[in-house]
Amino acid sequence: MMCAAIDRLGEDVMASYSTNEFKGGLKIMLDGDPCSIIENEFVKPGKGQAFNRVKIRNLKTGRVLEKTFKSGESVEGADVHETEMQYLYTDGEFWHFMDPQSYEQVSADQAAVAESAKWMKEQDMCLVTLWNGAPIIVEPPKFVILNVSDTDPGLKGDTSGSGGKPATLETGAVVRVPLFVQIGEAIKVDTRSGEYVSRAKED
Amino acid sequence: MTATDEWQPSAAVETIRARAEMLARIRQFFNRIGVLEVETPICSRYATTDPALESFSVRYTGPGAARGRDLYLHTSPEFAMKRLLAAGSGPIYQICKVFRNGEYGSRHNPEFSLLEWYRPGLDYHQLMDEVAQLINGLSGHPHTLEKVSYAALLAQHLDLDPHSADTARLRQCAITRGIPGAERLALENRDGWLDLLMSHLIEPRLGQGGMTFVYDYPASQAALARIRKESTPVAERFELYMEGIEIANGFQELTSAEEQRRRFKDDSHRRRESHQTAVPMDQNLLAALAAGLPDCSGVALGLDRLLLVLTGVADIRRVVTFDLNRA
Repeated sequence: MMCAAIDRLGEDVMASYSTNEFKGGLKIMLDGDPCSIIENEFVKPGKGQAFNRVKIRNLKTGRVLEKTFKSGESVEGADVHETEMQYLYTDGEFWHFMDPQSYEQVSADQAAVAESAKWMKEQDMCLVTLWNGAPIIVEPPKFVILNVSDTDPGLKGDTSGSGGKPATLETGAVVRVPLFVQIGEAIKVDTRSGEYVSRAKED
Repeated sequence: MTATDEWQPSAAVETIRARAEMLARIRQFFNRIGVLEVETPICSRYATTDPALESFSVRYTGPGAARGRDLYLHTSPEFAMKRLLAAGSGPIYQICKVFRNGEYGSRHNPEFSLLEWYRPGLDYHQLMDEVAQLINGLSGHPHTLEKVSYAALLAQHLDLDPHSADTARLRQCAITRGIPGAERLALENRDGWLDLLMSHLIEPRLGQGGMTFVYDYPASQAALARIRKESTPVAERFELYMEGIEIANGFQELTSAEEQRRRFKDDSHRRRESHQTAVPMDQNLLAALAAGLPDCSGVALGLDRLLLVLTGVADIRRVVTFDLNRA
């Protein structure tokens, strides 16, 4: 666990980590951006200098990069944590979320929401990654149930589902659905692959 | 890994068998060529001063040391084996566990198995050939054999002269060749940069499908090797690489007690500068060298890594029965 100490000015001071503490999932600051360690490899010639070759994901850009550290070096930790939050609404510029426990609200920009926006329906719970309290990544639920707002209705009789057809969902996402799916129906979609799973069951 | 499967070995049973087979064949090999198997203490009152190595320490208390005495686990059996050589043992080998603090990863475990042997009368080039013979015998088929000097290797891969390039030139090379983060690395000296270049850009390409011996290292990386005084002095040292992995390190052994003492002192000085633990230099080795070490070559070969290559396993934790996290 990351522990934030309080300095004399009352500001949070992040812990720093030595290369010996490097492991998958550790959040560190690199060139001003919060990053998450994916892989850490210890490299050392028998009679020479030891290094840590690290594969890192920049949490702001999503890009994966490599970095070599001298073993024993320290790097600043990043105040990053993930939390489940309820998606409230978007005003077109920001997407607003609420912590269901504290009712605190945060707003995420386009960069943080990115592709997730097309799967998000108001009231859905999303996984929000906060850096210094502000959202940098928003992930939709793994499965969402969304209404079909538009699809070609003129293909009756074929229920095999082979091939399928595009359908536009209420959030604007377009997925391939079997031919029998009609406008107004609710379907279940896997947001990781963007694929149709089934018709939503009536509860 | 969860607590519930932690009791299980990290190596498969067939790998454990392959190790037993390898050890038996190594003993046959040395028996056949007349090299004597020896044992030396794992715990010593002295430690290696090499700044690249950190010794574990333990404490003995009891008869002979009522108030306790610090002992160091050996990082290789080199010092004690040289004392045997100086005492007239003739050619000797040892298979033992050695211990190096701070080293753990896919190719490192803080305790590992080393095969070390010494050949009075053979020079280091002859010893490279013997290493190749042993390994070809173990794998049952001949490997391609490549020998290249450290200087030729760096000229070939990086267009650098490792004996003359200064720190700025080496650093620039690391940056232009795209070692990520090289520009912000604070390395202490030329050798640090050479190690960076070797380990990141060259090593992974060495010994692919065969054996690559690299020899004649920069004098500053001599460790316990003799330095050949030429216009550019070089350390008569070699390393063996297979499948991009460092397997063995050998020397034309330094026999001068005076030079050895100077290197111990230089090492100790460097340890102090980089705030490493101070360790006592081995007075018994110095005394043995003063008494006379026969001209010899010696080599230390990492058996776990050799087993990786022989079995095609990717991670050292899969060839030891219980790695650090299960020990």
